[in-house]
Amino acid sequence: METGVICVSVKSKAFGKTPILKDVAFRIKPGECLAILGKSGVGKSTLLRIVAGIDTDFEGTIQRPDAMAFVFQEPTLLPWRNALDNLLLVHRGLPERQAREILAKVGLGEKADQFPGQLSLGQQRRLSLARAFAGNPELLILDEPFVSLDEKTAAEMVALTRKLMTEIAPATLFVTHEREEARQLADRVLELEGTPATVVPNVVRPVFQKEEVK
Amino acid sequence: MAPSVVRGLSLIAFLVLWTVLARANGDPTVLPSPLDLVRPFVEEMSSGELLYHLGVTVLRVAAAFGLAMSIGLVLGLLMGTRPALDRWLDPWLVVFLNLPALVLIVLCYLWIGLNETAAILAVTLNKIPNVTTIIREGARALDPELKAMAQVYRMRRADYLRHVVLPQLAPFITGASRSGMAVIWKIVLVVEFLGRSNGVGFQIHLYFQLFDVAMVLVYSLSFIGFMLAVEWLLLQPAERKVRAWRLA
Repeated sequence: METGVICVSVKSKAFGKTPILKDVAFRIKPGECLAILGKSGVGKSTLLRIVAGIDTDFEGTIQRPDAMAFVFQEPTLLPWRNALDNLLLVHRGLPERQAREILAKVGLGEKADQFPGQLSLGQQRRLSLARAFAGNPELLILDEPFVSLDEKTAAEMVALTRKLMTEIAPATLFVTHEREEARQLADRVLELEGTPATVVPNVVRPVFQKEEVK
Repeated sequence: MAPSVVRGLSLIAFLVLWTVLARANGDPTVLPSPLDLVRPFVEEMSSGELLYHLGVTVLRVAAAFGLAMSIGLVLGLLMGTRPALDRWLDPWLVVFLNLPALVLIVLCYLWIGLNETAAILAVTLNKIPNVTTIIREGARALDPELKAMAQVYRMRRADYLRHVVLPQLAPFITGASRSGMAVIWKIVLVVEFLGRSNGVGFQIHLYFQLFDVAMVLVYSLSFIGFMLAVEWLLLQPAERKVRAWRLA
């Protein structure tokens, strides 16, 4: 097996008696970005949680690195700790100077001492993104990180995410129901459909190249 | 009006009401007015008696409080996050919750003897189920998303407990300590009343037998005064500090 390759093979996943996923398998190479498209409720988030190891109740195997980062749909910050501590407490080895640099990079340089509740939703999302990249992840998982943002903020977030992705170059797994978002970020797109959801045949194809969308 | 002014006025109103009642009653051996308590208070204070017994009771309250809070916190956290364990321990909790304080005290004295261990144990056992129940509610409401976050980012266990779990439990911990303090000192008095030869409860027992209402009031009011000081000088500032992020 090649090193650093993320290998996902989910034979089946059910909540109680309801089957959710069936025969979903893919691999992601280091530096590659795979987008998973699918309607709301099809089981995309469930798949991400399985890949991340949050949900271990399934049949199949996952090969993943230790250094992971997850950008949740909600910012999922610690509201009782300030922005800087939200990075430092999660990444214990991270020097404070470096944490401040990352905050500056996502445009929160002035907000280090503020609690998440004092930040706007867009800023909270950026903090959550900073937290993800601060650990130099080998595998980055994004669960619809741009939903419920206004168009301008969402575009900024996509640009920022792309910049950070080129800098750190993690293997990226990215879920969305917006074809356009997938187009802008992903090297490959995989579509989930059906009940239980499975990979739609023949859509595993290199449809979009990052270079295309400049 | 500032909160401290309201607090002061409310206390003064209470003293005035008390004085009026004492006047109407007319017999200071039955209901002495607040002013009638000043002399016995000063005497008891200068002889050192009051401070000694107050100190002994405070130590017992602190010991029982510390024990009950830490054990209850651990139990509540475990039961709130592990449904299997909860199913096993819940019936015990219900038994201990409904066991009258007096029964536990008498049993502890009978089994262990009339000593300090039995006294503190009795109070602690009385309070643990209460703390456990409150903390368990908090533990059940812990945010699963934050837990998932801590898991993905491989947060250290100690960090997770201190920076993710504890802040979520903070309101429940303050609730438990507030009701805990009040209940514990009352049970400590009963314990002292029944089987100790010092402490506020013992003194109240003594003056009860001497029909000395004034001294009974002097002792209990001194302790209430002490508890108010703890509330205003320790608990409330600590609470403000913990809640700072909510108000920012």
